[in-house]
Amino acid sequence: MRIKGSKETLRLDKRIRVSQPLTRGPSAFIPEKEVAQANTVDERTNFLVEEYSTSGRLDNITQVMSLHTQYLESFLRSQFYMLRMDGPLPLPHRHYIAIMAAARHQCSYLINMHVDEFLKTGGIAEWLNGLEYVPQRLKNLNEINKLLAHRPWLITKEHIQKLVKTGENNWSLPELVHAVVLLAHYHALASFVFGSGINPERDPEISNGFRLISVNNFCVCDLANDNNIENASLTGGNFGIVDSLSELEALMERMKRLQEEREDEEASQEEMTTRFEKEKKESLFVVSGDTLHSFPHSDFEDDMIITSDVSRYIEDPGFGYEDFARRGEEHLPTFRAQDYTWENHGFSLVNRLYSDIGHLLDEKFRMVYNLTYNTMATHEDVDTTMLRRALFNYVHCMFGIRYDDYDYGEVNQLLERSLKVYIKTVTCYPERTTKRMYDSYWRQFKHSEKVHVNLLLMEARMQAELLYALRAITRHLT
Amino acid sequence: MHCHLDAPANAISVCRDAAQVVVAGRSIFKIYAIEEEQFVEKLNLRVGRKPSLNLSCADVVWHQMDENLLATAATNGVVVTWNLGRPSRNKQDQLFTEHKRTVNKVCFHPTEAHVLLSGSQDGFMKCFDLRRKDSVSTFSGQSESVRDVQFSIRDYFTFASTFENGNVQLWDIRRPDRCERMFTAHNGPVFCCDWHPEDRGWLATGGRDKMVKVWDMTTHRAKEVHCVQTIASVARVKWRPECRHHLATCSMMVDHNIYVWDVRRPFVPAAMFEEHRDVTTGIAWRHPHDPSFLLSGSKDSTLCQHLFRDASQPVERANPEGLCYGLFGDLAFAAKESLVATESGRKPYAGDRRHIFFKRKLDPAEPFAGLASSALSVFEMEPGSGSMSWFVDTAERYALAGRPLAELCDHNAKVARELGRNQVAQTWTMLRIIYCSPGLVPTPNLNHSVGKGSSCGLPLMNSFNLKDMAPGLGSETRLDRSKGDTRSDTVLLDSSATLITNEDNEETEGSDVPADYLLGDVEGEEDELYLLDPEHAHPEEPEYVLPQEAFPLRHEIVDTPPGPEHLQDKADSPHVSGSEADAASLAPVDSSFSLISVSHALYDSRLPPDFFTALVCDMLRFYAEQGDVQMAVSVLIVLGERVRKDIDEQTQEHWYTSYIDLLQRFCLWNVSNEVVKLSTSRAISCLNQASTTLHVNCSHCKRPMSSRGWVCDRCHRCASMCAVCHHVVKGLFVWCQGCSHGGHLQHIMKWLEGSSHCPAGCGHLCEYS
Repeated sequence: MRIKGSKETLRLDKRIRVSQPLTRGPSAFIPEKEVAQANTVDERTNFLVEEYSTSGRLDNITQVMSLHTQYLESFLRSQFYMLRMDGPLPLPHRHYIAIMAAARHQCSYLINMHVDEFLKTGGIAEWLNGLEYVPQRLKNLNEINKLLAHRPWLITKEHIQKLVKTGENNWSLPELVHAVVLLAHYHALASFVFGSGINPERDPEISNGFRLISVNNFCVCDLANDNNIENASLTGGNFGIVDSLSELEALMERMKRLQEEREDEEASQEEMTTRFEKEKKESLFVVSGDTLHSFPHSDFEDDMIITSDVSRYIEDPGFGYEDFARRGEEHLPTFRAQDYTWENHGFSLVNRLYSDIGHLLDEKFRMVYNLTYNTMATHEDVDTTMLRRALFNYVHCMFGIRYDDYDYGEVNQLLERSLKVYIKTVTCYPERTTKRMYDSYWRQFKHSEKVHVNLLLMEARMQAELLYALRAITRHLT
Repeated sequence: MHCHLDAPANAISVCRDAAQVVVAGRSIFKIYAIEEEQFVEKLNLRVGRKPSLNLSCADVVWHQMDENLLATAATNGVVVTWNLGRPSRNKQDQLFTEHKRTVNKVCFHPTEAHVLLSGSQDGFMKCFDLRRKDSVSTFSGQSESVRDVQFSIRDYFTFASTFENGNVQLWDIRRPDRCERMFTAHNGPVFCCDWHPEDRGWLATGGRDKMVKVWDMTTHRAKEVHCVQTIASVARVKWRPECRHHLATCSMMVDHNIYVWDVRRPFVPAAMFEEHRDVTTGIAWRHPHDPSFLLSGSKDSTLCQHLFRDASQPVERANPEGLCYGLFGDLAFAAKESLVATESGRKPYAGDRRHIFFKRKLDPAEPFAGLASSALSVFEMEPGSGSMSWFVDTAERYALAGRPLAELCDHNAKVARELGRNQVAQTWTMLRIIYCSPGLVPTPNLNHSVGKGSSCGLPLMNSFNLKDMAPGLGSETRLDRSKGDTRSDTVLLDSSATLITNEDNEETEGSDVPADYLLGDVEGEEDELYLLDPEHAHPEEPEYVLPQEAFPLRHEIVDTPPGPEHLQDKADSPHVSGSEADAASLAPVDSSFSLISVSHALYDSRLPPDFFTALVCDMLRFYAEQGDVQMAVSVLIVLGERVRKDIDEQTQEHWYTSYIDLLQRFCLWNVSNEVVKLSTSRAISCLNQASTTLHVNCSHCKRPMSSRGWVCDRCHRCASMCAVCHHVVKGLFVWCQGCSHGGHLQHIMKWLEGSSHCPAGCGHLCEYS
């Protein structure tokens, strides 16, 4: 028992300190009652949690996702599979890889969660002191973690070769695929955590009487770091409502028009290409302009934090997303989606090397892509396919993946600027997401719909990372 | 023959006259003429200054009626037709931009000149009449992406389409409103399908689930008639012309080869083409009535023509073998005749009842005819020999640690002797002599056990008794006989052994020994030369000859039996004690005996125990080889450091795992645990650390308690209270299986010392043992 006790303190010790959330409930962005409402209704969620949750309790992520129970099931199932079921990697390693992945985005929420799990599955506590303490083999994963998180298009077969090259610390291909799936999953999940403003977990022990001494003004991921601003925007929100009503109408109008126009409008090939390029280029401005506005000091803050707690799990903390478009100067070839699709190629490879995960991921992607309630804000019976596709493809566009059969002009028509800002932030620099960004797009839409958007972004990102990584592995194999 | 293309190909199609082939890809669209020795580029259809996405082809098809007509499917959803008869450089004919997503497949009607069908990612199939500007009819696959469409060759109006969700649909071209028939063919996307060119109802489909299935569509419900399991997802499937049961496949990922399967033999491909270095994306038989030419295009930017007779045939490399246990422990083994003959040097001979050679009657349709000649051997279980009680007894009674070495050895020797395993007992005694101070062993005891040694043998050897005396034994006997000859006059050999070898001679005279096999024994003969030494020297002065004599001899015998003979030299039971195999197992006893007889002399000269290490290691290996891994492991544990370093880790690990496995099979959990604990190999000792988690459920709400073992997260109650002190038990919890009350181990122990009733007061009479 004594051992357990010491582990307990160690665990608390290794946790990254987080400021007490200013809002209650699972998410800082979504009012508690929105989530709770859905929750009480749902017995199914509880069942799913019991079945698949590794921690055995309803964490905040699950609570927010439970707004979409259908999706939640496939999400939990695949996550459970990669963490707990048969797989080439030992359990503690899996959690450590999750920690490494989450650390790339300084997502303390996920790090804490997996520090717990890591110790619980028998991980060596020393590893939590940082990367210098882990075996070289895990450390080797750093490079690919870094690239995958921020610039997946840079992954080449040389990276893969380096890892699998026979030697003392080599990775077998199945192990590597498992690791890559975990990395991609947790990068994407970090996007979701920040994108939906997931609050830190309340520790049951703490709620049982002890109170965590809150750390003064020490914000790590500080979701609410612009709370003051947010209040301001709330007061100013009234004028927005009028706006947003017409906004919504306009969006629906555009969707309808696009659908009808389709047949008559014939864009030439060159134009299509330019549209993709344009979208790529524009995505470049989207945030860079905005960052300056809303984060005059955020970079500075981030750096401070990075040096403290999270950085021990990563190397080269300065490495971040760089616009794909900007790299166009070096003529990085666009990834042609049709040449390496998830359905045809990715699935086969992943399933071959890490059996059954392919089916689970396949189901998850399919689920999120096809999920619809045929509603848009207050309107019912709307076909949202176009919107979903635009979101999905826009994310892929930012990672340089192009669909031949998609007219990128649609993105421009359907996704307003504030939404683009949000998308770009969530997928590329999730740690910078703020409540204001979350609030500023689609003001008329329900929170559950915004969560749906987040799910789409998360899965699109995961798929993009997987496609790049798997393509590199395929090239290594041939 | 092959030719290099400038870019990866996505699809190929052959012209009706089999003289030209079109290759299409993202950045290639060319026509090649197939000539005698090479491909000659005839036409580049990719013209225009700026490459358009309309030219980025996912599929291409050549009309089978009109050799000027081609159609391509573009990744951006456009269907383009090409007319080679146009005078201008640009042969593009029509452009259909009706699909919203990538078009995966286009298909011309086999007999109608103007009908074109397309299937797209957007879930629609469209039928075009080339004389009109737009589609004639649209078929909806209910929002699931279409992967392939194929007109039926025989039914004028029918076409099949395959879908990403695993379904196959059958449509009537005249009825666009709903499909005629639908069934689920695969798990996951169905990438391709192909109608059988002759068999009207047969449709082959290939899917991501790595299967090729052949469906009979003539019946009311589509019936799966054949199923071929490949090693990677199936990208294309094409029936081989003129060969009713053959089809060619290539895969989407990982595997670059093209296989030709006989659907009736679904496990081994009939032929295999291995030329491509990247995945094959398009295959086509060159001529609809010629089964020998296959064309293929690949992502590695090559176009190949394969000749069927050049294909490699995996079946030639296969070694068909079968092994099966009968109900009563009989063992049947069948192998290709040639294998059996060459490997063991055994030949069929007249008196052999159970050694059967047979030829299968040849079936003209049988693709692998001529290979079906095999030999079958049946081994019978000897009655009573299956009992392994000695193993269990030995395992339970052996002492492995906790006492001085000498005592352990004595104890184990005693155990072995009581079980009638004199050779083993002998070994233990010897180990004791080697590693402990001499003079403690009474010599009469030794002699006695040696006398019995001849009839004991190693128990595991008894398992099988081969009824037929295969001539392969000859070599074995030969060796023994020579040994017997050389040693028959030594005083050391007891009379029974001499008798045996004599019998051997008689018995083996009839069987002719293959000459080449004898060659393998040259080394053995050399050793015999060694053996001559001790004979000339008097056995009474062994100080300088003994080592030479004992070691090589043993070595040789242990290592002799390879392969099938194992079973034979294990044939050892009282009534066949005359068999040569017995002599083989006896030989080591002899040698050790000779060793013992001079042991005093040895110790006089103060030979260090290290001197024997090699010998002991050989001995351990001998036991392990003979199947008595128990002995090997026990000795290993008992001797510990003394021999461990001389046997490589892997072998040790192997022995340990086999022994533990055996112990567990006999439910000897305690022993196996002890062995694990005593083992020094890291891989073994960590066996005890695996799966040590015990999952507990809350006793109130029956939910799993995940974070802590004593308090339930859900109902916030403490699950395990001590019935004595009424506190939460956080450590060892012991409970009565009768009334399920329990508590701290210490408390319960104390309680039950004073009272026999349950401390909870339920009135149950608990027992603590």
